[in-house]
Amino acid sequence: MAMGMDAAGGLGKDIIGAAVSRIDGPLKTTGTAHYTADFHFASMAHAVPVQSTIASGRIKRIDLSVAEKMPGVLLVLHYGNMDRLYRVVPNDFSATTSEARPPFEDERIYHWGQFVALVVGETLEQATAAARAVTVEYETKAASLKPSLSDYQGKRKSVSKRGEVDKAFSNAAVKIDQNYITPVETHNPIEMHATVAQWEGDKVTLYETSQGVWNHRLAMAQVLGLPRENVQVITKFLGSGFGGKLFPWPHSALAAVAARRIQRPVKLSLSRKMMFTNVGHRPRCEQQIKIGATAEGKLVALRQDYLNHTSFIDDIDEGCGEATPYLYSVPNLEVTSALVQRNTGTPSPMRGPGAVPGLFAMESAMDELAIALKIDPVELRLRNEPVKDEGTGQEFSSRHLKECLETGKQKFGWEKRTAAVGSMRRDGKILGWGMAAASWGAYRFGASATVELCADGRVCVRSATQDVGTGTYTVLAQVMHEKTGVPFDRIDVIIGDTNLPEGAMSGGSWATASALPAISGAAANAIKTLMQMAVSTSGSAFLDKDPATLELSQGRVHVSGQSPSTGIPFEDVVKLARLSGITGEGKTIPTSDDPKAKDLSLHSYAAQFVEVEWEPEIARLRVSRVVTVVDVGRIINLKAATNQILGAVVMGIGMGLLEQTNYEQRTGQPINGNMADYLMATCADSPRIDVTFLNHPDLALNEYGARGVGEIGLAGVAPAITAAVYHATGVRVRQIPVRIEDLLKSDVREA
Amino acid sequence: MQSFTYEKAGSVEKAAGSSGKFIAGGTTLVDLMKMGVEAPTALVDISGLPLGQIETLPNGGLMIGAMVRNSDVANHATVAAHYAVLSEALLSGASPQLRNMATTGGNLLQRTRCPYFRDPSAGGCNKRMPGSGCSAIEGHHRMMAVLGTSDKCIATHPSDMCVALTALEAVIHIQGTGSNGNGGKRTVAIGDFYKLPGDTPHVENSLEPGELITHVELPPPAKGGKQVYVKLRDRASYEFALSSAAVVAVVEGGHIKSIRVAMGGVGTRPWRSHEAEAALVGKAANAVTFRAAAEAALKGAKPLPENGFKVELAKRCVARALKMATA
Repeated sequence: MAMGMDAAGGLGKDIIGAAVSRIDGPLKTTGTAHYTADFHFASMAHAVPVQSTIASGRIKRIDLSVAEKMPGVLLVLHYGNMDRLYRVVPNDFSATTSEARPPFEDERIYHWGQFVALVVGETLEQATAAARAVTVEYETKAASLKPSLSDYQGKRKSVSKRGEVDKAFSNAAVKIDQNYITPVETHNPIEMHATVAQWEGDKVTLYETSQGVWNHRLAMAQVLGLPRENVQVITKFLGSGFGGKLFPWPHSALAAVAARRIQRPVKLSLSRKMMFTNVGHRPRCEQQIKIGATAEGKLVALRQDYLNHTSFIDDIDEGCGEATPYLYSVPNLEVTSALVQRNTGTPSPMRGPGAVPGLFAMESAMDELAIALKIDPVELRLRNEPVKDEGTGQEFSSRHLKECLETGKQKFGWEKRTAAVGSMRRDGKILGWGMAAASWGAYRFGASATVELCADGRVCVRSATQDVGTGTYTVLAQVMHEKTGVPFDRIDVIIGDTNLPEGAMSGGSWATASALPAISGAAANAIKTLMQMAVSTSGSAFLDKDPATLELSQGRVHVSGQSPSTGIPFEDVVKLARLSGITGEGKTIPTSDDPKAKDLSLHSYAAQFVEVEWEPEIARLRVSRVVTVVDVGRIINLKAATNQILGAVVMGIGMGLLEQTNYEQRTGQPINGNMADYLMATCADSPRIDVTFLNHPDLALNEYGARGVGEIGLAGVAPAITAAVYHATGVRVRQIPVRIEDLLKSDVREA
Repeated sequence: MQSFTYEKAGSVEKAAGSSGKFIAGGTTLVDLMKMGVEAPTALVDISGLPLGQIETLPNGGLMIGAMVRNSDVANHATVAAHYAVLSEALLSGASPQLRNMATTGGNLLQRTRCPYFRDPSAGGCNKRMPGSGCSAIEGHHRMMAVLGTSDKCIATHPSDMCVALTALEAVIHIQGTGSNGNGGKRTVAIGDFYKLPGDTPHVENSLEPGELITHVELPPPAKGGKQVYVKLRDRASYEFALSSAAVVAVVEGGHIKSIRVAMGGVGTRPWRSHEAEAALVGKAANAVTFRAAAEAALKGAKPLPENGFKVELAKRCVARALKMATA
């Protein structure tokens, strides 16, 4: 994709860390960016799934007699006439699907809304009408739908253990022992999931809404039983994903099979209603936290026993203990997990999986402990700062949680806080101030890239990563500019296509950290070859010079230390050598294989400070101010990174106060499965948010020291909100979202 | 596929008596058609009819055409100045995009947001399919009504605008087919327009088949009166009321001379509370009076497990609106 843009031409090396506008911004604001569902092909047909209306049981009979005769209907697929599909190897992370069970594998029903048939029609309207005319007869089994998981009696898996936690807890001077519940939340990216499948012979191209085109290709090759080279996956733009688009869902295979059967391109776009049933959710988590401390506030015991629900077809462990073993220093600790099956769709990672609900529980308990100890909650965290990762024994690569806490405290004005419930007032409203600490893992996965210095003066960077909507295009362009000095309007960032060199998934906050070494190395190799050509091509002004004495800046090859204007445009070197372009390749080694990184504890940190306003007279509570201080290594693009944190904090307000998916207990249908009834934070719910990046490079990750900003902004927001709610109202909410029903219990009266 | 005819209405008189469904802004009807709740065989588009004006009447009242968009009513200078409760109610509802499409007449006929009504796959609904039962009573009913419910239906009337119109004692002008000696024209006070669900929750108002709402008439504003709309909800925007209150009050010498109180989000229709009004007229405007009136307003409430909180919330909402309207 060519990027016409405000030429960030002059920034040179200073472009790293600058607040650069997205190079794909104008395409998006003018509606010219092609998202997956925007792809149209001649003779393309439309597919509409039929959803189960029961939560558990089996299909007895599917009656297609009406639907098949309706105008425009080309094909109806169901378990009785489906092509053979295959599973992927369980727990093989090189090729992962969201659900182990391929669509229409058998007649069994595991959740309401499960796809039971697929109608393909000439138009979307015809397919929709015919899908409604498909009649399915079921044999219904009693479904397991109860939201509460607390009656679970089965085994628990120990996830992390040190010392003797139960003994230490029972001997502790001060104890907190509470249960914390986070609800089912549904990813609601603005762009719905979609697949457009197009076959050419025995090769298929899948236009996907994918956060990981490379995995998508390998997984779909296995599911369809095709050689991997016969599957191409393309995702040019994503309207976000929040983790819901990491791995293929059943609709991808359905579209591929339908297109193969009718020998025409097929588009399958999910409805918003299907977003609540067929493409994952954050599972409900119930966590018992026991914290024991000395009277001075030194932690002596920490136990976290968590349950999360999963579906009957997949074991998805939310991983609520992600942050627990290393966030604080505590000699005795255990984290256990167990899964409870429910007749819902399969859960999937949602922004900050594990750590985000886990931190809601742990940081809520820390707030309760601070109150029990009569110690300031910031001070309690500072007193329990570890010197190394006590979960693994590893040194931290770069940990600045203390600085996050101290900076946040100062920026928020925390010293003015009075501890008593309902004791702070402003403009006739009661104020609540709360805070929480947070962390999120840092990772670097394998990736490769090429950089081409073209004879037409353009610089092209290629990698099969994708831009989830957060700025990957721009970050890659920034690095190209930094390395070559070529302005943005001559830089092409080509991503989102499996024909390109293998790139990393956009998830887990690792896309940037994973891409940087590969593209930086590719650029260095291309420039090295360029210099070789400059000193070896006859007619070159630099003939027979030492290439080490040459430099590329402002797009020109010149002698180091001299002005770029004394040199020549790089493309003149390429042309003189009669080349179309000079390509360099680069690779990223995963942190797990990197001797300099694999023995370090790699994490990002944050401190969240929240103010709420409480009007008891009308039971109205709103978040009025947030200060977030983030330690994510060095920032590559200040504007994109700030956007990420702002969006995450707003999502955290939704998590704390609004979001939850409710399953109708008699049918299993998400009863609030639409954007009016599933409440998310609106602009009007978004307060002033002050974002600070500490900007300490973490060189264990890459030469720039960048970790990743996708998740950390959400972590810790919800417990900071409930801490503030307690401070304002005296109501301790241990099951989020905080609802008016909870707040009406407050005894705090008019300001 | 459900096919239907579409025609543009030529005149108010010709439109009346049509067997088709009238479509104006389409913000409710198109939604329900997509969801399979409504399946009209004919649509009659009334958006071209000359009902798009707001006119001041000789008596000082206001005549609002049925086709005037919600945003245009809300931002109309006279409405904003003399019928603030209407302006505030409209601006608290929906989103700017919806308000730009939705019309005055359409808003009067807005359907409930009960999920069992709106989604045929969610279960039975006596309003959607008479006799199919009410799934909300034993199901998910946090948003449902606590006033005016029956064992057949507990669906909340969703409109903000209608709550304000109820407090303003608006009069609805209707065009019928013309056998009543008045060219088919008649008027209904808003207080008589909406029906309680009783045993027939699918009958929501007193419109006869083929009748078309043409105008909404607002009586002259009370001299020295103050109008307030308070809306309480989980989030700050784009959500139907958990509880709302419209109050039009005239206070003299610290005592309430006249008052009208209407509530939203808690009733099966826009809920006028004569009980609250009776508890207020002639009384000193203070917190004790307000709370007593709020208690009176919710005296007949029939809460269910999930919506019990609405009773207390509505009391606080009414008390706050009274406080503001009498300040």
